[in-house]
Amino acid sequence: MLWSYVAAFLTGILASLGVGGGMLLIIYLTVFAGFDQLSAQGINLLYFLPIALLAVILHTKNHLINWKPLVPAILVGIVGAVIGSIIAKFIDKEILRTVFAVFVLIIGVKEILYKKEDEKTPVKHNTAIPPKTYRGKFKHS
Amino acid sequence: MEKKKKGKLYYALCGAVIGAVNGLFGSGGGVAAVPALGHAGLTVKESHASSLAVTLPLSAVSMVVYSLGQDFNWSDALPLIPFGLAGALIGGLVLKKISNVWLKRIFGGLLILAGGRMLLT
Repeated sequence: MLWSYVAAFLTGILASLGVGGGMLLIIYLTVFAGFDQLSAQGINLLYFLPIALLAVILHTKNHLINWKPLVPAILVGIVGAVIGSIIAKFIDKEILRTVFAVFVLIIGVKEILYKKEDEKTPVKHNTAIPPKTYRGKFKHS
Repeated sequence: MEKKKKGKLYYALCGAVIGAVNGLFGSGGGVAAVPALGHAGLTVKESHASSLAVTLPLSAVSMVVYSLGQDFNWSDALPLIPFGLAGALIGGLVLKKISNVWLKRIFGGLLILAGGRMLLT
């Protein structure tokens, strides 16, 4: 039981970073705590709600969330989630799951290979206009 | 190179994909949300924070659907929540401070773990 608390704590950190911590809890619950996948998903779902709520409040305070443009995504997302969960009951998800897994792996590799932003974007003050600090010196010499 | 901000339609499309993934697989919408929101012109940290803002209401809906479908044992989840909340307090501070590179490394590592597990099970 102690390990569940440790897992819940670590998952809380990761979940609030928006890096998919919930999935880590599902892995812990199924592999180490002996729950089946569906129960683990349910536990994770309930667990995620208060944690995400707290994280979202903190991130909003830190000006990392601009709600206005997100409204259409949330509204359409809710409709999509309901439709998705209905479809999920009628189709064989094996192929879909494999496609999604490959997609997740590709994004994962891309994310890991990411280089610093300032290495990618051209450095602005590298061009014709010299940085301000030099200008005075040129005038006097 | 300034990324162009995308309009309402793009966000709606993001929502459709995120919702569909969440609905079909029970989770994983956030995985789709982060890169999609990044495409919309959000910074790396904004994308991660905003992915939670989108997946939170979706998960609330999923929770309702899930609990209608089967008996749900609340007592297994409740003791975990205080520990998770403590983690979230730290996460709130960490997201502000962490470098984009490390944030992406952690995200990428977890995605590879998740993708690998999905392929194997």
